[in-house]
Amino acid sequence: MRLDVDIASKKFRNAAGEQHEVIAGLAFALDAGEVGVFVGPSGCGKSTMLRILAGLDHDFQGRVVRPAGARIGVVFQEPRLLPWRSVEENVRLVAPLADEAKLSALFEILELGAHRKHFPGELSLGLARRVALARAFAIEPDFLILDEPLASLDDALAVRLRDQIAMLVDGRSVMTLLVTHDVEDAARLGDRLFLLSPRPARVVAELPIGTPRRARGDAEIAAIKSDIMRRIDGGLTERDA
Amino acid sequence: MPRLVSFAVFFATWWIASLLAGDAKLPPPPTVLAAMLVEAKSGALFLNLGVTLARVALAFTLAMTLGAAIGYLMGRVRLADRLGDPWLILLLNLPALVVIVLAYIWAGLTEVAAIAAIAINKLPTAVVTLREGARALDAALDEMATVFALPRARTFRHVILPQLAPYIAAAARSGLSLVWKIVLVAELLGRPNGVGFEIGVAFQLFDIPLLLAYSLSFAAVVLVIETLLVQPFEARLSRWRPRAA
Repeated sequence: MRLDVDIASKKFRNAAGEQHEVIAGLAFALDAGEVGVFVGPSGCGKSTMLRILAGLDHDFQGRVVRPAGARIGVVFQEPRLLPWRSVEENVRLVAPLADEAKLSALFEILELGAHRKHFPGELSLGLARRVALARAFAIEPDFLILDEPLASLDDALAVRLRDQIAMLVDGRSVMTLLVTHDVEDAARLGDRLFLLSPRPARVVAELPIGTPRRARGDAEIAAIKSDIMRRIDGGLTERDA
Repeated sequence: MPRLVSFAVFFATWWIASLLAGDAKLPPPPTVLAAMLVEAKSGALFLNLGVTLARVALAFTLAMTLGAAIGYLMGRVRLADRLGDPWLILLLNLPALVVIVLAYIWAGLTEVAAIAAIAINKLPTAVVTLREGARALDAALDEMATVFALPRARTFRHVILPQLAPYIAAAARSGLSLVWKIVLVAELLGRPNGVGFEIGVAFQLFDIPLLLAYSLSFAAVVLVIETLLVQPFEARLSRWRPRAA
């Protein structure tokens, strides 16, 4: 089970007919059970890359080898829940085979137990994100894609959700690809960090982190963060306040 | 309660108007009610209402099913839209009377001709509404369904259909009112029974109470269907929407 990516080029044509290159020479590999975190400035082409990896966009030059027959779970930047189905129905719809015990455990970890019967329109963004996470984990994915799962949440909530994501990812060693513009998330969640250049995106540096997630102390996190900041030359910002 | 007031105002206005215009031109409510009772006792009222309702139901179902399928296809597939658009514009602008007369000439004064003619009149508006609905489908949810590998049938039922529901409801409502109107013309021109036929008879005899008796009975049926069927259906479809305070 391994993900092999070599996207030579991805271009978009805008309304005026001009071509823009969004990705230029993006190559990396990810092994089973590894959490790869992509850090890059806003608008550098991260979401475009994720769409290609998720199999939603086939119009690019290069090659993406996904593990054969892998179940893919995706958490989009916007939660993309069905507004006309309850929280539980949204999850069960994609995972009809999931049994009650597993779903309960999942809802428990994500603190969604009280919201099963609610409609997405009645939830805050933070809760809706967690439902999207529950949906992605409910299918017991082999390959998990998370697009800025902590963006636009307040700090306290982001920290809680980050811990929950770490717990879920460790609970079921799943190949995970997480995209963020926040170095703190990267340092705390990743096994292997990929630093992306501004548009057109390519991998500037690859940083494997040896220490397991749970064993990382504050000093080590700070060291990883400053390492990232140094390499990208302050081009990235801390979490948007 | 406001509905009852609304009805009372209607009957009061009618009565006053009949006093001003005279019985010959506008009979007052009791006269019309008497005519209604006579028709009801003989059974003619229910027979004619039933026949007309059956025609409405058949033509409406036919037009909605076909119209929804064609509209969805035209909204989703560019080529279908390009091919179908001229036909659609033609049908939209074809007067109902032309369709009915041609149907009777080509297919004879038959039930099939009447129902087909009514359905053809309704079809294009259903197509237009559903095409709009299919065009407005959320691509983000489509992608979600693709990524999670939802089977087609489940995607259609849980992702697509709920998005089309308001458009289907709108097409159904405007469609019903259109079919009600056209079915009477079709009956007047070429059927031996139904509300439209009776109204034609009443017109020839200048029997205004009979004319009003049939018109109002029919309107009452429409009102009941709207209240008992269409509105609860709409309410059920939109129950997930956060209610305005």
